[in-house]
Amino acid sequence: MSETIVIAEINNGVVADVTAELVSAVIAFGGSPTIIVPCVNSSIADGAGFTGAGRVIACKGPMFASYDAAGWANALDAVTPAGSIFVAASPRSKDLAARIAARRNIPVVQDVVAIDGSNLTSPVYSGKAMQTVNASADVVVSVRANIFAAAVSVPADVSVIDQSGDVLTAVEELLARSSERLDVAEANIIISGGRGMSSPENFSHLERIADVLGAAVGASRAAVDTWDDIPHGMQVGQTGKTVNPNLYIAVGISGAIQHLAGMRSSKYIVAINKDADAPIFQYADYGIVATWEETLPILEKSLAAMM
Amino acid sequence: MVEIVVLVKRVPDTNARIVVDSGKVDLSMVKWVMSPYDEFAIEAALRHREATGGKVTALTLGSADCDKILKDAKAIGVDELVRVWDDSWAEMDSNSLQSVLSSVILGLGAQVVYCGKAAADTGAGSTCPGVAERLGWASISNITDISFENGIKVTCPFDGGSAKVAIPLPAVISCDKGAFKVRKPNVKGIMMAKRAQVEVRSETAPASTVSVVNQSAPPQKADGKKYNSADSAGEVARLLRDEANVI
Repeated sequence: MSETIVIAEINNGVVADVTAELVSAVIAFGGSPTIIVPCVNSSIADGAGFTGAGRVIACKGPMFASYDAAGWANALDAVTPAGSIFVAASPRSKDLAARIAARRNIPVVQDVVAIDGSNLTSPVYSGKAMQTVNASADVVVSVRANIFAAAVSVPADVSVIDQSGDVLTAVEELLARSSERLDVAEANIIISGGRGMSSPENFSHLERIADVLGAAVGASRAAVDTWDDIPHGMQVGQTGKTVNPNLYIAVGISGAIQHLAGMRSSKYIVAINKDADAPIFQYADYGIVATWEETLPILEKSLAAMM
Repeated sequence: MVEIVVLVKRVPDTNARIVVDSGKVDLSMVKWVMSPYDEFAIEAALRHREATGGKVTALTLGSADCDKILKDAKAIGVDELVRVWDDSWAEMDSNSLQSVLSSVILGLGAQVVYCGKAAADTGAGSTCPGVAERLGWASISNITDISFENGIKVTCPFDGGSAKVAIPLPAVISCDKGAFKVRKPNVKGIMMAKRAQVEVRSETAPASTVSVVNQSAPPQKADGKKYNSADSAGEVARLLRDEANVI
């Protein structure tokens, strides 16, 4: 088979942990990947050596200081050998995957959660079904985080290639975040509220638990549509964000199809709802049938005592 | 005059239950709608036309069944309707699909293309960056707002927060819900949509190298533990630490 390549995921200027998972994904595909590290400072590539992977190429250039889809794709395409390419399924890398695939006239398969040789499985219809496709030629694949085991780090044999590139878009102004809180798309733990929270002010109870756990606060579509104070950026679900955290705590959320589609792949789900028949309980690893008013103070106290 | 194209796709209603039968999703009973994010793309395209003048063409790829969503677009203010299709097309991978869309977009003389951040069926979000790359254009994904003073400025997610970004034309821009409020059709719009003609084009499509092997229902979780009192929150906290190891 032809070569396989992992483009390392970069977060805050360093190689992100999911990169080690991408190596395992390629091994499941039947390859031993070359690792390409987009960087401004090539020393970060020292952390990109893994058991089961091949050489590491640091692709170094000033355009990697910010993100411009076209600029990144140009520069990375030039140093990436022909073959199948694997990236993390982050919003930025999914863009990059589509760009590089289009540049090479090969297909892209996004959000892959299982790999068996050249068979790739992704959720479709927002996770209401799974679809397995076969790639009969080179393909670009984005892989969801928290699915594959991380490959073991080893010292890297790094070669550095300098790239220059034009960027087309220009960041004019960074906008203040609505809160200092983590975004649900980035969080390992999420606590979400639905219309059962009765008022947007009551989300402060969720925030207190989020503070204890280092979690993000999310919301159902019903909550976002009902209260202007709950912004769409917090919405988890089919028309909001699809999340895949280690722990998802749903409070006062009944579990509409719309919402389940965005969070059902969470590793562990806790549901707190006073309605014992709420559909969310069918997906919960731990369900508590009680009001949030009674439950959250006990949960907060218990968690705080353990952290 | 700015030639504006907005890409729309016909998908199962997002509230539809998806049934899997013998390794294949059965869509015979679902209601079909325009993918919800495409409605925000239409809103951005209409705002663009209002700010600078121009013409908005709604483009879809699909059989005659898709004329309905094009007419829905017409009813809220789109000018022209174009559908590209060849009866020999069945499954298309992203390479085949984007190749066709890019050719039609070039043929329409477009300077800017709007689309939804992802289609509600595949959820991939590949079309915006993929089409832009083929055309050699700029692209920006998942915008939540747009303004047209001193060039095009969009608001989009950036480094965990958001940023205002300037984007030159030609460009492909994909839209999230954000600040976009979808217009309702008025009586005049509905009348015009009834009479509207859909221009049907054909293109050559490269062969697909990715094909569907099978579809399945999502894995069912084992039954969880269910408690009937608030006091069990302490026990659940302990299990999250000792059994699930997630905190």
